[in-house]
Amino acid sequence: MAKCPECEGSVALMENPRVSEIVECAGCSSELELISVDPVELVLAPEIEEDWGE
Amino acid sequence: MTSSTRPGPFVMLASRMRADEKRLLDAFERRGAHCEYVDSRASWSLLHAQRPPRRIVLNREIGHARALYAARALEAAGAIVVNSAAATEVCGDKWQTSVALRRAGLPTPRTALALTPEAALDALEEIGYPAVVKPLVGSWGRLVTLLPDRRTAETVMEYIAALPAPQSHIVYVQELIAKPDRDIRMVVVGGEVLGATYRRGSQWRTNVARGATTEAFTPSPGMTELAVMAAKTVAADIAGVDLIESDDGEVVVLEVNHGVEFSGFQRAMGDRVDVADRIVEHLMTRSESCCE
Repeated sequence: MAKCPECEGSVALMENPRVSEIVECAGCSSELELISVDPVELVLAPEIEEDWGE
Repeated sequence: MTSSTRPGPFVMLASRMRADEKRLLDAFERRGAHCEYVDSRASWSLLHAQRPPRRIVLNREIGHARALYAARALEAAGAIVVNSAAATEVCGDKWQTSVALRRAGLPTPRTALALTPEAALDALEEIGYPAVVKPLVGSWGRLVTLLPDRRTAETVMEYIAALPAPQSHIVYVQELIAKPDRDIRMVVVGGEVLGATYRRGSQWRTNVARGATTEAFTPSPGMTELAVMAAKTVAADIAGVDLIESDDGEVVVLEVNHGVEFSGFQRAMGDRVDVADRIVEHLMTRSESCCE
């Protein structure tokens, strides 16, 4: 479990988390980016940009 | 590009670790190959640096501008980038894709490029209504707008004219192909089709990102050939080729995607194919010919 930087709620990580993975905070729906696995560190994920996609 | 660990032959460049990227890294690990993850947001390239050992870079950067310049910079430093900068440039720009498909004689919807929103209204008279206006760069069906008639087109062009970026005023318009409630996604890796899925949605835009559902099917030999040709035309090692069937049975190439998102495709294909593993297998084959 990690702490949401926005609402300070607990955030559950996926199994085998990897850096740059995006998780959603169940409490405040913020999109969070995992920037460190050990120790676990979350920051607000960047906003989707106009040229993102396939 | 800088990296914090010992360089290996394989690098995955990305800024977002989606399920696809995790599958790819897992596939490298299953094959016993080390793949270094490089966050493109922290990457930079020194033009006058000594050339490092040749590496194979899988470019999974989600932003088109960053993906394109990363590919160019890495190629300048001697890396093999998959997909190449040339393929990324063509696939990332809808007009360039249309030109390439047309030049190769592949069926694709009638398309026009207008240099101003006003000129787009004239182009639309030639294309006919209903038509579609699409951003030149972008994905997931974002801002793709249906133009049922001239009145709607005039309103949409007014909005386009008000956009601040000059590039936004270059307008790509295309005939709307009357089609069933589905389109087709085919994934091509190394010149081979991995499978085909129908994408169905409640909206007229049948992008998986817009909630379309996917279902595997066996493509016709003609569809298979078309998908392989489309990927080859844009020089993409890895391609997500979108086809649509018109009501009169013709199959046309709508677009070719260079940064294929394959979660929906993989779900639909189940055990029939492991997309990530096939991509890694292709990269290993490339490495045998260039990095040994």
